[in-house]
Amino acid sequence: MFEEIKTSNDGELVINVGPQHPATHGVLHLLITLNGETITKLEPNLGYIHRSIEKMCESLSYRQFIYSTSRMDYLSSHMNNHACAMIVEKGLQVEIPERAEVIRVLISELTRLASHQLWWGAMAMDLGALSPFFYSFREREVITDIMEETCGARLTMNYIVPGGLMADIHPNFVKRVKDFIIQFNSKIDEYDQLVTGNIIFQNRMKNVGYLSPEDAISYGTTGPVARGSGVSCDIRKLYPYSAYNKVKFEEILETGGDSFARYLVRIKEMKQSISIIEQLIDNIPEGDFQAKTKAVLKLPKGEFYQRVETARGELGVYLVSEGGTTPYRIKFRSPGFSNLSALNHMVKGHKIGDLVAIMGTLDLVIPDIDR
Amino acid sequence: MFSFQNMTQEIHSWLSSLMSETFVMLVEMTIVGILAIALFAFLGLVLVYMERKVAAVIQLRKGPNRVGPFGIFQTSADTLKLVLKEGFMPDNVDKFLYKLAPFVVMITAMLILAPIPFAKGVQIWDINIGVFYLTAISSISVIGILMAGWASNNKYSLLGAMRSGAQIVSYELSAGMAVLSIVVLTGSLNLGDIIASQEDGWWIFKGHIPAWIAFIIYIIAVTAETNRAPFDMAEAESELTGGFHTEYAGMRFALFFLAEYINIFIVCAIGAILFFGGWMPFHIGSWTAFNHVMDFIPSFMWFFGKTFFLIFLIMWFRWTFPRLRVDQLLNLEWKYLLPISIFNLLLMTLVAIKGWHF
Amino acid sequence: MGNEELIVKLQELFPAASIIQGNDWPEISFESGADFLSTIDVLKSDQTLAFDYLFCETCVDWKTHFTMVYHLDSTRFRHNIVLKYKLDRETPEIDSLSFVYRTSEQHEREIFDLFGIIFKGHPNLKRILLTEDWVGYPLRKDYDDPINMIKL
Repeated sequence: MFEEIKTSNDGELVINVGPQHPATHGVLHLLITLNGETITKLEPNLGYIHRSIEKMCESLSYRQFIYSTSRMDYLSSHMNNHACAMIVEKGLQVEIPERAEVIRVLISELTRLASHQLWWGAMAMDLGALSPFFYSFREREVITDIMEETCGARLTMNYIVPGGLMADIHPNFVKRVKDFIIQFNSKIDEYDQLVTGNIIFQNRMKNVGYLSPEDAISYGTTGPVARGSGVSCDIRKLYPYSAYNKVKFEEILETGGDSFARYLVRIKEMKQSISIIEQLIDNIPEGDFQAKTKAVLKLPKGEFYQRVETARGELGVYLVSEGGTTPYRIKFRSPGFSNLSALNHMVKGHKIGDLVAIMGTLDLVIPDIDR
Repeated sequence: MFSFQNMTQEIHSWLSSLMSETFVMLVEMTIVGILAIALFAFLGLVLVYMERKVAAVIQLRKGPNRVGPFGIFQTSADTLKLVLKEGFMPDNVDKFLYKLAPFVVMITAMLILAPIPFAKGVQIWDINIGVFYLTAISSISVIGILMAGWASNNKYSLLGAMRSGAQIVSYELSAGMAVLSIVVLTGSLNLGDIIASQEDGWWIFKGHIPAWIAFIIYIIAVTAETNRAPFDMAEAESELTGGFHTEYAGMRFALFFLAEYINIFIVCAIGAILFFGGWMPFHIGSWTAFNHVMDFIPSFMWFFGKTFFLIFLIMWFRWTFPRLRVDQLLNLEWKYLLPISIFNLLLMTLVAIKGWHF
Repeated sequence: MGNEELIVKLQELFPAASIIQGNDWPEISFESGADFLSTIDVLKSDQTLAFDYLFCETCVDWKTHFTMVYHLDSTRFRHNIVLKYKLDRETPEIDSLSFVYRTSEQHEREIFDLFGIIFKGHPNLKRILLTEDWVGYPLRKDYDDPINMIKL
């Protein structure tokens, strides 16, 4: 499958980074060409965890296929489910209860926080600082505990069904989320003190992996990667869905375009997520958590598209229905897949250490790329 | 007062009464050799345990706490595991160099133990060029690392070894300059003399600001020289998957690992000797009463206390800072540390000539 | 621009294409044989359209033919369209967009991998998710692999 790897006459060295490598966070394989320590070319080699979810979904019913998407971007599995549930609801034209919408958004933002915290720890670990990982997991554990209580699982929650939620929230949910907000607000400054202000860290991040706004759009990058380059692309703001038009929050834009800008976007997004949770946690409307839907769902003939902002960027679900009980064709436009395509452009001329730092700020989740 | 000097004298005279002079020397050499190896192994175990506990405290964890009380036998169990593991060797390695490399690194580390005074009168080899010997021998370990990287037939190892070579060679200059500035003050290369010159106060206090600058540069440079984070370019596990020891397993890996910790101990011991007076208790000029009270604390406790404090500092760095990039690492040395330390050495020379120090 | 205005504008520009209002956005469809690259060029460079962001590119196997589906967004005006291009099932060939939208380089490799559509002018057209020696194109409706069962 791979070409024979050899040193060419001009002193260039080809190295396999991955599929088993500490910095790729999974089974990503990068073929990098080095001139000394400088990267001259990078080629991603994907598919080590390709499970053909799109093909599988073609033979799963509209109630079933939602859960296979939890396994794509496992760190924002709730948002993946949300997108799929919304597309089915769009096809069925079901009005879902207000309570369900608010809880969906609450859990989404908690998931985003958990995902960003994992990213923060893992990225610091890529840069060689091992301690932040434990600090971020201290808060992340609280979130996963809340998830476990309400959704029944810690990572792949599968809390959403077409028409609402699988079950109502746990009686402790509101109290525990409030406790978490207090805890998190007192700890977020610790993150800044430990990592953001560190001179070594700033030297590693600033002016590294520059992505211009034009390139960010052309490469189809979304989420914090594009927003770090100053491209407004927050689906929650631009095309509000669910309960996002009821809350006030800012879209974080940084104009630096380098790794540090992407880092700052995610750090500030955590604070925005907390503010969204604060606005909603006291205002969960009473009512049903699920709309009445038929046992067997049938979508009308047609094509549907739903965009959702996950922790990594824009997730698009494109669904073609022939009127049956299963989708005719489904396509997941995953944020990681597009974000990865910009990597080659960003690392050219940088050192190996920078490759690791840039990959850290892209926040790649490999199952999301391979699907 | 308890003294090691009396003990060694007693042993020597007892042995002399039993056999001829040549045999006495042979027996003594054997004893010292065994003691050195025992110290080597024991220090390795203690330092690995300490590292894991320090890391645990910094990272809100408990650290090893299952094997023995407070997990103190954890590192012994780990070493046992490494000894029992297969001495795996990949295909196409340069077999001779591959096997030799860990021993070069380890033997270098052991050789440096020779002139270090662990306590008053406890010194394996009291030579008059002690400092020179230390700087000369410590630069051999880079050869072992380069050997390991080259012989492993692995691109990651090679990159790690090359980084390590560039790094150690450059940082040795700064470390050497910092050491020299204390030599300038004392006028002697003999470690015993250097310690004796600090009887009325440690150089870090007596040497004004230049001594502080020298100490800070020394700590930065030796952190880099021992390949510790934030300067762990040679290993850089998130970049090079382990660097020069990627292809090593079992006991060969353990030797690298132990040598790393012994090197930390050694550089910290040298730092303690040069700047904090080695085994010399904390004395203040002519306060005789105070000095006498301090003398009641045994000299080996002073030495190990100071050394372990410095080791703790270096461990603290590792668990706090992110890693530098390789070009930033070399920039730091050649553009900042080296000019500063050269200037500092000149300043120190001026201080020494004019006698401005206490 | 709103969806109605977009449809009017598109009809002016592409009289030959069929334009309908889809579930969310206007859908503009081309039959095979139409000049695809110049169409994209107009959509991207027209000052009132400025579709500079290709956020989804995929293909649908309709058993009789393939349809390439492009979802375009404008980061300046925030209007979207869906662009469809019908392809012959025997010789599915289309111009590559990898020099217009860089993101399509990877998306087209994926479509080539899973549908077997040839993109003319693609710089590096080879399988991306599956192994190089894989036989067949899994997302085609007639694909059947008895060993690696993916039917549930």
